Amino acid sequence: MSDQDVPAQPSPGPDAIWVYAVARGGTLAEREAGVSRPDDGSGTNEPLAGIAGRPVRLVTATDLTAVVSPVDLAEFGEEPLRRNMEHLPWLEAVARMHHDVVSAVAKMTAVVPMRLATVYRTDLGLARMLGQRRSDFLAVLGNIAGRSEWGVKAYVEAGGDLATPPADRGSGVAVTPGSGAAYLSKRRAELTAAEGARKAAVASAKRVHAELAGQAVAAALHRPQDPRLSGTGSRMIMNATYLVDDRDRVSFAARVRRAASMNPSLRLELTGPWPPYSFVAPEPGAQTIGAGASR
Amino acid sequence: MTEGTVPDLAIDEADLAIDGAWDDQAVERQPIALVDLLDRVLAGGVVLAGEVTLALADVDMVTISVRALVTSVSALAGQEQDRAP
Repeated sequence: MSDQDVPAQPSPGPDAIWVYAVARGGTLAEREAGVSRPDDGSGTNEPLAGIAGRPVRLVTATDLTAVVSPVDLAEFGEEPLRRNMEHLPWLEAVARMHHDVVSAVAKMTAVVPMRLATVYRTDLGLARMLGQRRSDFLAVLGNIAGRSEWGVKAYVEAGGDLATPPADRGSGVAVTPGSGAAYLSKRRAELTAAEGARKAAVASAKRVHAELAGQAVAAALHRPQDPRLSGTGSRMIMNATYLVDDRDRVSFAARVRRAASMNPSLRLELTGPWPPYSFVAPEPGAQTIGAGASR
Repeated sequence: MTEGTVPDLAIDEADLAIDGAWDDQAVERQPIALVDLLDRVLAGGVVLAGEVTLALADVDMVTISVRALVTSVSALAGQEQDRAP
């Protein structure tokens, strides 16, 4: 590993402000004395720690409150941040700490999550931006209150229809070694079958998405994840996410389960509840099912 | 992902169908897969113009990060398989 791969180490320097999320002013203000993890019944109402273990605090402007913690500009300034973002262990640690804080406050009240690496130099600069974007934030907060995000991913199993076209299964057709025409014919049949299976799986996923979207307040599609990332060898053909009323969460999960049983060619995975990361940006992703899923 | 986490909850294994008895923490307690998290924190969330100009709204930036992720995860995936029974 060269020196360039090593994340910039924090050295004592001026602080900046990392922004996790924004809520309505009054909802968190009463906790201003110390933002705490939601009471888990253990009786220990420990203060919420942010990135690098530094204390989370609130910055209020008009009727909005931002959840922030200090970060060292030597590590989180623009230039070191660009370098650090490409270092996976660093990125993972920061992403998880960001998510921990966003999740904790999302359990207290409706919050608009910030994209990773929203950093201000001063409270005043942040407060100014909150003022400028006030109406946007209030509109989004109104849309996500009492709702959570749920992810549903659809895979076609390796070794399933996509990987093993029906033409391969006990067809009993012996291909004469060296017979180019027979090989090509068999190969063509395989490809046709594989394409048919792929189309069928995509059609199933589209039906599932349409049904789940009908049960949700909003739906969005992320890009299907690379098989190397899921590590399962399965091909993901849908990476969807839904904004669901919290009172409908049980029935939504039941819909997912039913969809899984009615579409045996797909394997569905449910994740959540997530803070509404995917439903606060002005322009949600414009992915389509079946696109970008090739290996 | 670095701790050998189970990426997600498979529906078939989820205890979701028990009417009225679904513990809504059940899914939440599953370790969160890094790739699912990055889908959301790098592509979702509100983008503000930061004073430090951390322009992750900049598509190139996200692309670079994800490319780095894919490269790194190949190595991680190899380790996972080594640990698997």
